[in-house]
Amino acid sequence: MACEAWRPKLDAYVDGELAAAEAGALSVHMRNCAACASAVLELVQMKRSVALAGRRSVPSAQLRARVMASVATKPRARSAWAWRSLLAPALLLAIVTAIVTFYIARENARLQRVYSELTDLHVAALAGSSPVDVVSSDRHTVKPWFQGKLPFTFNLPELQGSDFTLLGGRLTYLEQAPGAHLIYQVRKHEISVFIFQDREAEAATLPSGAAHALSFNEETWTQDGLRYFVVGDTNTDDIRALSDLLRNAK
Amino acid sequence: MCWNKRPGTTVYAREVPDRSHPPATFEELAIPLLDQLYNFARWLTQDAAEAEDLVQETYVKALRGFSSFQAGTNFRAWMYRILRNIFLNSRTGLKTTVVFDEENPAGAPAEISTPESLLIAQATRETVQQALADLPVHFREILLLCEVEEMSYQEIAETLAIPAGTVMSRLYRARRALRALVQQRMGGDCHGV
Repeated sequence: MACEAWRPKLDAYVDGELAAAEAGALSVHMRNCAACASAVLELVQMKRSVALAGRRSVPSAQLRARVMASVATKPRARSAWAWRSLLAPALLLAIVTAIVTFYIARENARLQRVYSELTDLHVAALAGSSPVDVVSSDRHTVKPWFQGKLPFTFNLPELQGSDFTLLGGRLTYLEQAPGAHLIYQVRKHEISVFIFQDREAEAATLPSGAAHALSFNEETWTQDGLRYFVVGDTNTDDIRALSDLLRNAK
Repeated sequence: MCWNKRPGTTVYAREVPDRSHPPATFEELAIPLLDQLYNFARWLTQDAAEAEDLVQETYVKALRGFSSFQAGTNFRAWMYRILRNIFLNSRTGLKTTVVFDEENPAGAPAEISTPESLLIAQATRETVQQALADLPVHFREILLLCEVEEMSYQEIAETLAIPAGTVMSRLYRARRALRALVQQRMGGDCHGV
């Protein structure tokens, strides 16, 4: 190959960008061509001169500190990845928490609804001209009165020695289910006791416990397939005492 | 011949992220480039304070855009490209007239090397530095990327966002322009050597 053909490739040759075969051919050519060899030597010397002259300035310690600070204060890329790997469990936890919270809130709302309905029944019965349909302080009179009126039976406690007196009973309904509504009295306060069949329905799945709403105290539990509610405007101690009596009734 | 190999290339090998390891942080990749980026910035701006601001802004911008950087591609070229773009959009950068008349170097008359052309070897470091400073920015930067940063044509093409063929022709013309400036500066001594 003639010199003229090699000229444009000399730069690529000294830059190490010429293909191996071409570079080898040029090396052979230069053994017999002083002009090309000298041109290449000049280019190499120029590369060295520029490399030497080009390394001129170094950053000040101040700039280095500034750059390091601006880079270091930012979150590292690796921690971003770690955060991403936590995303799935965190999301799952958030979903579970949301579902649990939703169900608890729904349970509470349902309990409040049942309580407010029972409170209404309690107040409505007492406001009426005849609060009870069977007027008797004798549990042995009241209990048989419900026979044939309710699809279940229940035990009432012996009140001798306690502050409570039984005023009587009546039929009531909660969520389309019949139940017994008993009214007790303690120190001029009336307390309603509601007994329903513990169905698979809503009220049956309510959690047990005590509650307080609109100055009424309430307590509920299930026992022997029956759901008991005790509602009254007296203090919680009376509610609990009557609940205990009912729970232990034989 | 020894200059056929590029002795400096391996120095930067570790800057290319290794896929078998967790992705390197921006800090790990970028801080080792500070010295060379500053040197390059200084050559572009020709001013110490301006170069410092340019480097600082480059790091801030690069960190902000690090998520868009694709692991496995050339991080060094990416950083230089950011620095250069900021410079070209700066007041100093906009003042520098960049001439993009890329012509086929093969069409240009070849300059026959004469013993006189070897005088660049005798030129002092200061003379070469002054000649470099007098070069248009697009010639100056490509010479620095090639000789000082020892970038391959492919890397230079990535950094300057130009085709590889243009890298070759621009380098060719940059060297001729530099040679002419050095000769001009040493004009009086030319015959004495």
